[in-house]
Amino acid sequence: MLDRVIEILPELNVAFIETLIMVGIGLLVAIILGLPVGILLYVTDRGLFLENQFVKGVLGVIVNLIRSIPFIILLVFLFPFTEFLLDKTTGPFAASVSLSVAAIPFYARIVESSAREIDKGVIEAAIAVGASPWMIIKDIILPETKPGLISGLTITAISLIGYSAMAGTIGGGGIGDLAIRYGYYRYDNTVMFTTVIVLIVLVQFIQYLGDFIAKAVNKR
Amino acid sequence: MITIENVNKVYETKTSRVVGVDDVSLEIKKGEIYGIVGYSGAGKSTLLRCMNILERPTSGKIFIDEVDLLSLSNKELRKARQSIGMIFQGFFLTSSKTVFDNVAFALKAAGVPKSERKDRVLELLDLVGLGDKANQYPAKLSGGQKQRVSIARALANNPKVLLCDEATSALDPSTTKSILALLKKINKEFGITIVIITHEMEVVKEICDKCAVMQDGQVIEQGSSYEIFANPTKPLTKQFIQTVLNFELPEQLLESCQGTLVQLQFRGSIAGDPVVSDVLQKFPVQGNILHGKVEYIKDTPLGIFIMELLGDQQDVNNAIDYLQQRLKQVEVIQHA
Ligand SMILES: Nc1ncnc2c1ncn2[C@@H]1O[C@H](COP(=O)(O)OP(=O)(O)O)[C@@H](O)[C@H]1O
Ligand SMILES: [Mg+2]
Repeated sequence: MLDRVIEILPELNVAFIETLIMVGIGLLVAIILGLPVGILLYVTDRGLFLENQFVKGVLGVIVNLIRSIPFIILLVFLFPFTEFLLDKTTGPFAASVSLSVAAIPFYARIVESSAREIDKGVIEAAIAVGASPWMIIKDIILPETKPGLISGLTITAISLIGYSAMAGTIGGGGIGDLAIRYGYYRYDNTVMFTTVIVLIVLVQFIQYLGDFIAKAVNKR
Repeated sequence: MITIENVNKVYETKTSRVVGVDDVSLEIKKGEIYGIVGYSGAGKSTLLRCMNILERPTSGKIFIDEVDLLSLSNKELRKARQSIGMIFQGFFLTSSKTVFDNVAFALKAAGVPKSERKDRVLELLDLVGLGDKANQYPAKLSGGQKQRVSIARALANNPKVLLCDEATSALDPSTTKSILALLKKINKEFGITIVIITHEMEVVKEICDKCAVMQDGQVIEQGSSYEIFANPTKPLTKQFIQTVLNFELPEQLLESCQGTLVQLQFRGSIAGDPVVSDVLQKFPVQGNILHGKVEYIKDTPLGIFIMELLGDQQDVNNAIDYLQQRLKQVEVIQHA
């Protein structure tokens, strides 16, 4: 059995890196786009300093729409878009497109709900000293939600690992793809177990790291 | 310094209509410490929040230093707010920032360059007595210390006005005293006009030059704190005054009293005015002090005594008339 594991090692290695690429790109896009969307959802809410029913409404509907589509369907649905962007629909980079699309609203909602935990008084105190909206976002909201933003990224990363396995089954590559190819089509239990263990270790590691950082930045 | 003209604030939703502030007009002069008292829900916070437009009045006008706040653009309003400091019952410090950065943020908001912030922050922290806490996070501070940080933050941009929303209500009595002393000092040293909202008459007694009493969104009584204490006219005001000038005589004592019980009020200094000995010499009555108290209303004494007068009814009545002439405030609380 150990022989089999060693035999599969190079392929496992490639799959592992593909998974990291998919999850990494998804996370990056979540930070670049999901974070601002989440903040926007928060500050345009009723009673906040950039209250705007229209922006909040439209953004909210789009976010809910994407969130309500099961990932496997979103994946297929986005094939034309992926093809248009990258000229192909297979491989980790292609899979990253739909992972990113799923990650944006997912993370945005987490950002929004952690921002909601800030005491409104803290924001008012900033308004009372004459701070501009941008300054309040940058110097109050972001630092105050930092622990939440980091645990949110942890949750997003772990969900993306799950999604990436689904993306793998239809040509995305990665650990999910490996598990399906050997475990499902060839009944190779050793590979199956190995991938499961790799995934468990990966998820545990991310969770541990996320918790650690979130705790370190929490000054409450 | 602060002029409030016919300010109304109505909260309207589809199902309800709540009047927060009901046609309030006030004039607060430069350098005054002005108290606004009332029970919870009276509209005090709403009124105060109108003074820096955290809450936009439904109608009416607010002038600070002759500037019509409601006519300002967002940008001008932000600038104006830099000269209106505000502190809150809940402190509302940014928990992710150190004490230093909490104060520095106010300077940053006002566009003070980074190089000039450090000295100013340290100066402010010294002023509020937290010079050694610059690098602490708020979570490590006591309530009183947090309020000191928030005072430093509010003073950062040299405001003309400081608005205090129940600033001492979350603090224990001795911490309250020290925060009030700090506010007094700020008022004296920098001439900052201070508006204080509270439900504790003690606070008014301690530091307010003037005060207003609010009920159901309206100001029902206003004047110098001393007059309000010495001569409250509205029942609610009397209730509030009672919390400080509490004169409960034991039931038993009242029953066993033979003579007429009068309550005498002495204003200002009582030392040079021997009213009591005069009355006892002039009339053949006996006087018996049952209870007495001198309260200092922002440093001016207000004395209240309860005296039992014994003697012939006519003589007692004459003595009371005489007291009335000398003291103005004499009240018979129990007849013989
Ligand atoms: N944002 C709001 N929406 C609806 N009603 C409010 C709001 N803020 C205050 N009120 C109402 O206005 C009244 C006055 O409240 P407030 O000014 O907070 O009183 P106080 O500070 O004297 O306790 C209360 O009846 C309160 O319920
Ligand atoms: Mg209040």
